[in-house]
Amino acid sequence: MNEALPLIWRRIPERYNMLGSKCLNCGTPYFPQRKMCPKCRRKGKIVAEKMPTEGTIYSFTEVHAAPKGFEQETPYFLAMVELSNGVRVLSQVVDSPADKIKIGAPVNMVFRKISEDGEEGVIAYGYKFKVK
Amino acid sequence: MRSVSIIGVGLTKFGEHWDKGFRELIVEAASKAVVDAGIEGKEIQAIYGGVMASGRLIGQEHIGALLADQLGMNPIASTRVEAACASGGVAVRSGFLAVASGAYDVVAVGGGEKMTDVSAEDVATALGGAGDQEWELFNGATFPALYALMARRHMLEYGTTEEQLAAVAVKNHSNGALNPLAQYQREITVEDVMNSGYIASPLKLLDCSPITDGAAAVILCATEKLKQLAPNGDAVEIAASAQASDSLALASRKSMSEVASTKVAANDAYRTAGVGPKDIDVAEVHDCFTIAEVMAIEALGFFPKGTGGKATEDGETELNSTISVNTSGGLKAAGHPIGATGIKQVSEIVLQLRGKADKRQVNDAQVGLAQNVGGSGATTVIHILRRRK
Ligand SMILES: [Zn+2]
Repeated sequence: MNEALPLIWRRIPERYNMLGSKCLNCGTPYFPQRKMCPKCRRKGKIVAEKMPTEGTIYSFTEVHAAPKGFEQETPYFLAMVELSNGVRVLSQVVDSPADKIKIGAPVNMVFRKISEDGEEGVIAYGYKFKVK
Repeated sequence: MRSVSIIGVGLTKFGEHWDKGFRELIVEAASKAVVDAGIEGKEIQAIYGGVMASGRLIGQEHIGALLADQLGMNPIASTRVEAACASGGVAVRSGFLAVASGAYDVVAVGGGEKMTDVSAEDVATALGGAGDQEWELFNGATFPALYALMARRHMLEYGTTEEQLAAVAVKNHSNGALNPLAQYQREITVEDVMNSGYIASPLKLLDCSPITDGAAAVILCATEKLKQLAPNGDAVEIAASAQASDSLALASRKSMSEVASTKVAANDAYRTAGVGPKDIDVAEVHDCFTIAEVMAIEALGFFPKGTGGKATEDGETELNSTISVNTSGGLKAAGHPIGATGIKQVSEIVLQLRGKADKRQVNDAQVGLAQNVGGSGATTVIHILRRRK
């Protein structure tokens, strides 16, 4: 996916620690971070908020045709995970038996390599999920 | 705002054009539209060009200037419009607003994409730019995968089946077989779809629209100036143009089994045109994947939420049934040259309302609708067209 080093570096707090944000005015949590609360706009007050690392599978798919950077991994499972605070994140599901990957299955976050950019390229790390 | 009409339409054949580049395709479509409008060309005061990913696909940006130059239209204003897969529809809307506002009397709207000059992986990466690159594509999502996640929710919430999704592709191929400009002009069966391999489960190869080269163009004219500027054209009125946005990331949507932006744009368009879903005789909807058509015909109000799959399986969206959907063959069979798609949809509705759609003609079509979606629903643009009395 050809992400440049500054972008990968800039997103480390979110991708390594699932650090999102929360609006103190309306209480809504956001991941990834937002600088403006879409509900409150100017009245909102955004602060950093760590996301829960547990949730359930809201939807999933097994990807057979991969984009660049993921060719070696096909087929792989991708899920829309609903975290315990209601925030949804799209992520890969790894280290889980295929028959356990279904809607409603409980998952928790693990830290993994996401993609690499060819032999001399940058390796990007981040969160994936695993069925409990 | 004043009334705007479409006076000319032009399309290239959709498919793999090894012998033609972006420039040849767009000039062909635009020239056909000018001839169809029965004008000379010098009446055109501005150009709007819908293109999604020319930078990634052919290394060319600044498409507005390219269009004016290649069409021999310098020095008139020429502007590129980009809204991912809705680029074409939003370009039509840009031209509509420019004429409706009184800024121009006649404008040309063109769109196209040259997709087969790069590898399929490069196309996939380029199309990925329609989604949330940093947070969804980065994690390994593809466009089929995003729609697969939506399909799985639709199946869970409403009992939609893979066979019902397959019925969408079968119906659109059946229509495509009647369209001489379609990429695929052959019929397929539910079995063919079910036996095509998974791209992103539950979506299979034949649930997906193909990679296509092609271009489309329409000429718009102020309705009050038709007699003066385009007396020879067979004009169709734009009864409504509406557009709505939603979150770029699928994760941020309230529901994944509906396209909220389509519902908002549809309500707006129906109100403006003074019609309802029951009044629509023919519709072109954005079937980039079969599930997308199911969600579209529900969001547009043709069928109650959750019943789009069953309605399709029951044949209610076939040519000259309850409502004729995607008579062109849709993105699935006619092909999906991104920037051209929204303009092709509008062109198909124009042909239907003129009664010039040949073998795929909808009987006595009076009102038609085109729904063009960007990404997984972050943009929807809808046009309602009406036959002039
Ligand atoms: Zn807020």
